[in-house]
Amino acid sequence: MHATTLEFTLLIAGGSFLAGLLGALTGLGGGVVIVPLLALAFGVDIRYAIGASLVSVIATSSGAAAAYLKEGYSNIRVGMFLEVATTIGALCGAFLAARIPTAAIAIIFGAVLLYSAWASMKTEVDLAPEPDRLAALLKLDGHYPTPEGMRAYHVRGVPAGFGLMYVAGVLSGLLGIGSGAIKVLAMDRAMHIPFKVSTTTSNFMIGVTAAASAGIYLGRGYLDPGIAMPVMLGVLAGALLGARILPGAKVRTLRFVFNAAISLVAIEMIVQGIRGHI
Amino acid sequence: MTNAHGMSEERFEGLIGNLLRAGVILAAAVVLTGGVLYLAKYGAQPPQYHAFRGEPSDLREVSQIFRDAVSLHSRGLIQLGLLILIATPVARVAFSVFAFAAQRDWLYVSITLIVLAVLVYSLVSS
Repeated sequence: MHATTLEFTLLIAGGSFLAGLLGALTGLGGGVVIVPLLALAFGVDIRYAIGASLVSVIATSSGAAAAYLKEGYSNIRVGMFLEVATTIGALCGAFLAARIPTAAIAIIFGAVLLYSAWASMKTEVDLAPEPDRLAALLKLDGHYPTPEGMRAYHVRGVPAGFGLMYVAGVLSGLLGIGSGAIKVLAMDRAMHIPFKVSTTTSNFMIGVTAAASAGIYLGRGYLDPGIAMPVMLGVLAGALLGARILPGAKVRTLRFVFNAAISLVAIEMIVQGIRGHI
Repeated sequence: MTNAHGMSEERFEGLIGNLLRAGVILAAAVVLTGGVLYLAKYGAQPPQYHAFRGEPSDLREVSQIFRDAVSLHSRGLIQLGLLILIATPVARVAFSVFAFAAQRDWLYVSITLIVLAVLVYSLVSS
């Protein structure tokens, strides 16, 4: 298909750049695009694709965290507490990845992709009016900037949020994605944390979660330098550009089109998985 | 929110943000250097990523990666950049241990140490 390694590398870098750009603009992250792109379009083994995606996830999460932290939305204590669940989950996911067939990984990937696309279209939930004992004990309550000044919020549903975070960690380690959609689900829906705080804290956590499984992937030889290099550099450049143009971008239409495309890719992953082509 | 025990939340968050950004920039620079050398050497050959082989041990073990990178082997250099990238969030967590300790928040020192233990385990177990 591709004549030389140089051409192949440049094509992957270009595709990764687009994935990073779209991932940043739609809030889905580059990982959900990179794995199907490599596995379906380039015919790369899905384990190499997942390893390369994991490192790109660490790069975008860490690169963007500095900007988010400055805005004052992220809740560091919520993030650190929930990282106990996501990192343990990520270890389990990385161990699972070596034991289950790649076809099953492709099918699970498709299902999670469908859910992520659907979840990103939803709207915010109400804030919790009352403090919760466990959340208070863990000092999870915080405040965030609004146009009317700083606003305090209470956190609740700690056990449910913690459990969902474990699941997010397993999927991250198994599929090489940031699991941002499930992290936001845990914080926004289960714990009633304000949406903007959920998304920024989620982004902040993604790098740590991905690092837990990336170590395992590296040690197992699932990180190929020839693939990870263009993916990491491409996604990072795309995500940086995406973050820069995001404030002025009309993301509604883009998000809708992107979600429709993602859903088709998800179905293709599931079909290819069932047929045993992946 | 200034804490009675010294480091303010803003300063803490600013330091973490800069630490993460520095780690990513350094990792990207090392990967890019390795990438240029890699393409200069293997660019004209046909790619072989369709079949899964797993990487040879010199691209999997930390000490070997360092040895390869120091002698400017292109693939070893890329792996070193990836290792720096993976180490960046780990460094952030390690730094948070000290930051919470400076705030005398022993509960969060313990929670952060658990996260750090899981991360270190993942890097050394394999």
